[in-house]
Amino acid sequence: MSFRIASSPHHHSQQHTSVLMQKVILACLPGIACQVYFFGYGVLLQLVLAIITAWASEALVLRLRQKPVLPRLKDHSAMLTAVLLAVSIPAFAPWWIIVLGTAFAIIIVKQLYGGLGHNLFNPAMAAYVFLLVSFPQQMTSWLPPLTLQAQQQQVLDPVCAVFTDFSCAGYSLTQLKTDIDGMTMATPLDTLKTDLSTGKTISESLQQPVFDSIGGLGWNYVNLAFLIGGLWLLQQKVIQWRIPLAVLGSLGLCSLIGYLIDPDLHASPLFHLLSGGTMLAAFFIATDPVSASTTLRGRLYYGALIGLLIYLIRSFGGFPDAVAFAVMLANLAVPLIDYYSRPRTYGHKPKGSY
Amino acid sequence: MQSLFQQIKAGQLWDFHGGIHPPARKQHTSQKPIGRLALPDRLYVPLRQHIGVPGALLVAVGQHVLKGQPLTFANNAMAVPVHAPTSGTVLAIEPHIAPHPSALPELCVVIAPDGLEQWRERHPLHLPECDRLSLLQRIQDAGIAGMGGAGFPTHLKTGAASGVDYLIINAVECEPYISADDVLMQEFATTIVKGIDILCELSGPKAVLIGIEDDKPLAIAAMQAACSQREQYLVKTVPAKYPSGGEKQLIQLLTSKEVPAGRRPLDIGIVMQNVGTVFAIAQAVLEDMPLISRIVTVVGDSLTQPQNVLALIGTPVGYLLDACGFSPEPAQRIIMGGPMMGFTLPSVSVPVVKTSNCILAPSQAELPSASNEMDCIRCGACAEVCPAVLLPQQLLWYSKAKDLDKLKEYNLADCIECGACAYVCPSEIPLVHYYRVAKAEIREQSRDELKAEQAKARFEARNERLEQEKQQRATRNQALALQRQQLMAEQQKNREIEQAQQRVAATSDTATELSKEQIIALREQKKAAARAYQAEKATQQSMQHSADTADAAAANEPAAASLPATQPAQSQPEITSDPRAAAVAAAIARAKAKKAQTEPGETSVVVPAATAVAAEPILDTRAAAVAAAIARAKAKKAQAEPTPQPLPAPTAAPVKPQSDDSGASSHDAAASSDTDRDANRETAKRQALAAAIARAQAKRQQTDAGSVAMSHVPQSAHSTATTTKITDTPDTSALAKSTAATPDTPADDPRKAAIAAAIARAKAKQQQLSATDPKDQA
Repeated sequence: MSFRIASSPHHHSQQHTSVLMQKVILACLPGIACQVYFFGYGVLLQLVLAIITAWASEALVLRLRQKPVLPRLKDHSAMLTAVLLAVSIPAFAPWWIIVLGTAFAIIIVKQLYGGLGHNLFNPAMAAYVFLLVSFPQQMTSWLPPLTLQAQQQQVLDPVCAVFTDFSCAGYSLTQLKTDIDGMTMATPLDTLKTDLSTGKTISESLQQPVFDSIGGLGWNYVNLAFLIGGLWLLQQKVIQWRIPLAVLGSLGLCSLIGYLIDPDLHASPLFHLLSGGTMLAAFFIATDPVSASTTLRGRLYYGALIGLLIYLIRSFGGFPDAVAFAVMLANLAVPLIDYYSRPRTYGHKPKGSY
Repeated sequence: MQSLFQQIKAGQLWDFHGGIHPPARKQHTSQKPIGRLALPDRLYVPLRQHIGVPGALLVAVGQHVLKGQPLTFANNAMAVPVHAPTSGTVLAIEPHIAPHPSALPELCVVIAPDGLEQWRERHPLHLPECDRLSLLQRIQDAGIAGMGGAGFPTHLKTGAASGVDYLIINAVECEPYISADDVLMQEFATTIVKGIDILCELSGPKAVLIGIEDDKPLAIAAMQAACSQREQYLVKTVPAKYPSGGEKQLIQLLTSKEVPAGRRPLDIGIVMQNVGTVFAIAQAVLEDMPLISRIVTVVGDSLTQPQNVLALIGTPVGYLLDACGFSPEPAQRIIMGGPMMGFTLPSVSVPVVKTSNCILAPSQAELPSASNEMDCIRCGACAEVCPAVLLPQQLLWYSKAKDLDKLKEYNLADCIECGACAYVCPSEIPLVHYYRVAKAEIREQSRDELKAEQAKARFEARNERLEQEKQQRATRNQALALQRQQLMAEQQKNREIEQAQQRVAATSDTATELSKEQIIALREQKKAAARAYQAEKATQQSMQHSADTADAAAANEPAAASLPATQPAQSQPEITSDPRAAAVAAAIARAKAKKAQTEPGETSVVVPAATAVAAEPILDTRAAAVAAAIARAKAKKAQAEPTPQPLPAPTAAPVKPQSDDSGASSHDAAASSDTDRDANRETAKRQALAAAIARAQAKRQQTDAGSVAMSHVPQSAHSTATTTKITDTPDTSALAKSTAATPDTPADDPRKAAIAAAIARAKAKQQQLSATDPKDQA
């Protein structure tokens, strides 16, 4: 009888790529649920649109590249990209925004670079930046939490808004964003930035209805939900602790320094950590293995760089949130970081001590 | 700050980078006693079961061997012998599939056991009476090689006499499934400790560290009990983590030290022995039991009774599997070694060897075979688990790209092939396989480089040698050339001196270049002179009795004779150096002789012509030839009428006394004419006598003749100007010297003179030829 010949090791952890991706998607669920709770189910519509577009784009390109389609769709990497992009854009953004963005992410950012494992940039963040600079109005039209909306959101409103740009009752997105007092509502970070530019202090700004005791109303819970998902990923050893810790640590440290210098002009570390896409970035975006640094030390540098960039852009840049820009800039630095953070191999002297 | 030793004593442990925690699955076998099996039908004992060279065969086919009898002997430090595992007959010595990843056949001794288990004579050693050498010899003779996997000859490892701080006993057994060392310690802890005693005797370490993973509580307890009497034996429990049983990793775990890259543990004062090896040493020394059996874990879901068995070396794997209830599934894998570093076997006929610690027959569900390799997602899990702190992902890229330089830069050589990276890789990339291929390529490349370097060195050495030889030749040639040049320069100088002398002798001559025409003319002249001479000779012969013509002929003779010889050969070197001058001189002589004669006769006709001729050549050599021809013709004419000639002879007779008187002032031509006259006048006898006297006189006269001739030469200086050119050649001057020895004979005897002239001519020609040759070459 003949026996199968194989190369050692014959043992495998059975943590396959698809399993990892599935777990990351699962870990997104608490955050998504939170978004639905505070902002309506528009985000689910975006998710569905994104996933369908991602699969279609991936299949199309794989076919063009004459690669097997099914095994690669099954690795769930396209789906994860779609999910990350969908939770990043406004829930009521028109349908073509997410379709365009996802197609861009899969076709241009991922497949044109050689497919999974070869892309230089995080596909979701590159697509987000692409959308933000191309369609700034649609990309910033975040609705305030349901509780603050002047018009009661109807059951079919998200569907109408996504596909027609108007709610079922015929209100435009701008009208929907207007609060009870007739003021146009923005995201907490946006509001804070605008207020600071008009000379208000942080504490004055925090009196706005979009804020609660800690930070942005709703947003801090969304961030906490993503934090929970991220911790679960850590526990599952899907991601390692270095990047999230470095991102959060760096951002916290920077904001703490700013806060200590002038609490009136600089938001508290807690506000920064729980605002915008901080937790999503720390646990889901920056930890994307493909575009992150690969050495252990390099990952600390990489995470710290992202945290620093987020803080700098938020505080001094032109955009209210900075996750996408920070991650993309750090992606650019990865080859350099990798090269200079090579570990000392066992039995070798440390570099420079020859 | 505690010293390292204190820290170790205090029970401190360190950690190594990375590592994984695969499911151990040891409980299937570690709780069972060691199984003893019946003898198999055949034993295949490979001659080489270790790293090194096989020993030399000691047995022949058909020979009966006893249990423990050596089959080979170590004829080399890197060799360890193998022994008959049981008594029986050697059936064959042939290549058989070997337990190696390549599964290439190796030479095996095939033994058919006779079932008697008949031992050879055994000589146990008593430790206190043993010296180092006999202990080491026993270890080598017992065929002991590292039983942990590598199979390094143990006597070499234990041979280090000094510098051993720590002896580490590796009982970690970190690979999943394997429990052979575990059960060995459970059952034979005291023997193992005795083995450690022997090793301490050999290398004298500060402390013995026995590393055991914490998932072997029974073994730990047994060892602790066995070591209780020895305080420097420390049983160290290390946390279960793969690959903590790796040599370098265990050293780091127990001592915090790192083995520098490319060095051995001994370099940092550490020797590590596998616990199975220690047991084998104890058996070999204390019971004289060579390494003929070992404990093998036979395990896997394809077996109904997984267990540890005591297997004889050479037992086919199939026999062990069958003994444990083997029921293979389709595409069954049989792995020799553990699931992390073991290799699959193509056949169950592969024998168990000294390094085989496990036979694993897993089911597909238990250890799923690798699925398709996917793209690397750069997750870095591999770098996280690598115990050598490498960057497996970068190594993969460079392995795929065959960038061997980068692979070296990223320290591929430090990869211990533990398989941790491939174990965690989510894309199921067979990383270790890529590294093995890359390592083989690097080996190949360095071999090629070495070859190329050697070839280059050979080539350069050859070139150098050739160049040296060439140089030697060149210097030799140069030296020779220099010698030649010096010689030639000397000759040239001599020649110049001679020429100068000749020039001086020939007075101031405006040596002009000889034109081709002139040379031809000269040649013509010579020829004419030669002909004239011949004619002269003939005349002389016929005229021996006619004095009349003899006078004229004799007058002409010396000149004529000297002509063909081209000069000095004859009496006076000055004159002979120039045939024309000679001719002129002859003519003058004749003229004088004629003057001296009372009656001018026919010769007087010749004389004016001759003098005319003598004057002519100054301007034209051709004219000289013409004159010579005329002279010849006249001579012929004279010869043609011998009868009228006798008449003038008597008339010439009275001249003799005169000429004798005037002979002192005259030249030998006159003298010769005297003798001729005597000969004509008297009988032959008298003639000869007179001739002899005359010769003697002539000789005497000749000595003066030089000066006399000299007085004539200036007159003919113009005519000789051209001809001196020819005589310039050194050869002719040399000839002149050589022939100078017989200057006057031709004057006395025309025949002799003719012969001498001919010889001189020939010599001159020869010399001339040889003289022109080197010139051409130059």
